[in-house]
Amino acid sequence: MASLTNRAKVLEQKPMSFMERLYLPAIFKGMAITFAHMFKKKATINYPEEKRPFSPVFRGLHVLNRDEEGRENCTACGLCAVACPAEAITMEAAERKTSEEHLYREEKYAAKYEINMLRCIFCGLCEEACPKDAIYMSETFAPSNFTRKGFIYSKDELLIPNPVTDKEEYEIAKGLREAQLKNK
Amino acid sequence: MITMDLLAIDLAYGLEKLLLIGGIITVSLIVAMYTTYAERKVAAWMQDRRGPNRAGPFGLLQPVADGLKLFFKEEIIPLTSNKTLFVLGPALAMVTAMLTSAVIPWGSSIELFGRNVSLQIADVNIGILYVFGVVSMGVYGIMIGGWSSNNKFSLIAAVRGASQIISYELAMGLSLIALLMMTGSLSLKTIVQQQMEGGWNIIYQPLGFLIFLICVFAECNRTPFDLPEAENELNFGYHQEYSSMKLGLYLFSEYVNMFISSAVVSTLFFGGYDIPFVDETALSLSLGANTVALLGFGALFAKILFFLFLFIWVRWTIPRFRYDQLMDLGWKKLIPLALANMLITALVILWLNK
Repeated sequence: MASLTNRAKVLEQKPMSFMERLYLPAIFKGMAITFAHMFKKKATINYPEEKRPFSPVFRGLHVLNRDEEGRENCTACGLCAVACPAEAITMEAAERKTSEEHLYREEKYAAKYEINMLRCIFCGLCEEACPKDAIYMSETFAPSNFTRKGFIYSKDELLIPNPVTDKEEYEIAKGLREAQLKNK
Repeated sequence: MITMDLLAIDLAYGLEKLLLIGGIITVSLIVAMYTTYAERKVAAWMQDRRGPNRAGPFGLLQPVADGLKLFFKEEIIPLTSNKTLFVLGPALAMVTAMLTSAVIPWGSSIELFGRNVSLQIADVNIGILYVFGVVSMGVYGIMIGGWSSNNKFSLIAAVRGASQIISYELAMGLSLIALLMMTGSLSLKTIVQQQMEGGWNIIYQPLGFLIFLICVFAECNRTPFDLPEAENELNFGYHQEYSSMKLGLYLFSEYVNMFISSAVVSTLFFGGYDIPFVDETALSLSLGANTVALLGFGALFAKILFFLFLFIWVRWTIPRFRYDQLMDLGWKKLIPLALANMLITALVILWLNK
């Protein structure tokens, strides 16, 4: 039978030579290898002090977006929840009152919006599904927590800071996002 | 009056020895402590990692943190274990590990307050026999620990450990006989002094050294001979049922053993406290005897540290032997080799003395 690749090697099984049976030369060879490895570049990164650069398409924690006037973009259409393969997103819709026009951009908004970060697989399908540019994924990842409950992120944890009332924080959050976009 | 004088001298002598014992025990414990650190660091480096670097600068407080952790763990004595023996096991392992240090000459002698203080606890004329006796006692630590745990894994590990140590002791003894035929003395101090004059024993006994070194690895239960504590076969071996500082003592005694056996190897084959390429008597005229004695201690320490590194280096290079390979190597390879080495040494000595 013709071989599929020409990389196949014929295995020769012959009794070990005296030098091989002595075992010591092989040990010294191995020791030389391990000794050389002591001076090689370390693969570890000192995590909290030093951070690995993320790729520009990195998908981290979710952020709920606002427009320039500080109104929430989300209209609770539920497309992200439908798109989510891990079923990590739950939401409850509510109707905007006339006095709430400065809070929500459209007539319908998410009264409750939760993402379970233990279920989330960070695939980014919610980001792609969103018609209102309301959800996107940032460059940070979910920090550790002592309880399972702590991983269920509510709306106020996900929302980006308000650009009207909390300009500085918003600039920081936005700036990070802009820097990411520039890197692309 | 005379008896008073004698008593006074004896008191000073006793105090001097007590201080020396305290010093040596402290040094060996600290060295053992930092060998655990070195082990983790070197292991990490050889695997392209960084190793412990969080506790203190460069992670230097890591052994302290490890020790504290062990102290604060719950002390569990299994219900079905033999309680007396269960407690005796780790104590015995530690004591036998420390005992050998008594006959090792840690340096020549220093002048203190008009007294000539020898840096050796006891210059016994059967030093090597003493070392062998104590090393054989080390089996009991393993055997008692494994037996009293009343656990099949521990028992298998203990039996493995005991048979391994006994088998390799034979080759170890035989390899040393060749050395002893050359030196004609069992006192470690005499052996070191002979090496200071006539060159290190490694030059005359390379094969003997190799056999001795392999046997030392086996006696210390270090990889490639760490079958008694093979994690992946026996879940940690003979100290499986141990917790808290009793486990700590077992692990620690392994490192003390490493330190002491490094000292024995350096003393027997690498000139002990002899500073290489330096004439000590000429140097002591210009620098003073005390400085030279301390330098000699430093030289011995450097040799010991090299062997400690060798222990660690080999551990992170070679995989473990199979049990039959271990016995094969011990009985069919090392013992005949040691016997041949002995025979050749005897013939050469006879030929040179004819």
